[in-house]
Amino acid sequence: MIEVLRSRENLISLAVGFVFGIGLAISGMTQPGKVIGFLDFTGNWDPSLIFVMGGGTGVYMLLYQLIIRNEQPRFTSSFQLPTSKVIDRPLVVGAVIFGLGWGLGGFCPGPGLTSIFSGNVNPILFVIGMSAGILAAPKVEGLLIPRLVEPQS
Amino acid sequence: MQIQDFSIWEPLLGGVLIGLASAALMYFNGKIAGISGIFRGLLVPQPGAIAWRAMFIGGMVLAGLVMVLVSPQMFVDTAGRGMITTLVAGLLVGIGVRIGSGCTSGHGICGIGRLSLRSMASVGVFMAAGIGMVWVTNHLLGGVL
Repeated sequence: MIEVLRSRENLISLAVGFVFGIGLAISGMTQPGKVIGFLDFTGNWDPSLIFVMGGGTGVYMLLYQLIIRNEQPRFTSSFQLPTSKVIDRPLVVGAVIFGLGWGLGGFCPGPGLTSIFSGNVNPILFVIGMSAGILAAPKVEGLLIPRLVEPQS
Repeated sequence: MQIQDFSIWEPLLGGVLIGLASAALMYFNGKIAGISGIFRGLLVPQPGAIAWRAMFIGGMVLAGLVMVLVSPQMFVDTAGRGMITTLVAGLLVGIGVRIGSGCTSGHGICGIGRLSLRSMASVGVFMAAGIGMVWVTNHLLGGVL
């Protein structure tokens, strides 16, 4: 345990997770009603969450350009970036299923986890369901996306 | 479509904090701040990559705990979704993020921030699916779920 806390990589992860969670709470993402209001395009639309996406993406876009000029990260040996560039079936099928769940419950993974001690039951149920879903995903993928049509990615 | 009263400053400040945190994870540790991927790494552990993930998720949960005490209205649930509905929603989210390699943070904030076409496609698709689902739940089914 002490060793875990001595690692700068681990300590920065704790701090970053903390700030991320504070950001989610302030932004309104931990209120499922607001998320569903944002997705309620054909009804009484609540545009607030556009500013969450805009603020977060804007800041990241600027800083990322500066960060990747470094040879390596401060506390680890290399930048670990996704290598896949293809828009393939798993990407699209997964996004459809995720979007349906997001609209159904009003939670995406970060806000669900941040809300587990909020005193509400729903975030706990959401995280249980999400954990089961993550574990079951390879089976479901095998059913939905036959291996034959999938080139190596 | 009607547009209801909405706030700008809290969402913007929250978004900026999320962006700064995500950028810090890349600057210090070289990692994409994708919550579903980080969480998956705890459920399906890979050697040597557990501690930082546990610390990150722990930090998030701790932040939630602090904010509930400081400002409980930030966790008010006006959606009124039922328990079974929420469980099913979680199941779909879990399946979707693993098959689709990411969620609102990894594809949304980081992916679009890195100008990844893959992530832009993902965000377009999950937004559309979410809007479609809310149309079904709130307009077709009257929001009683």
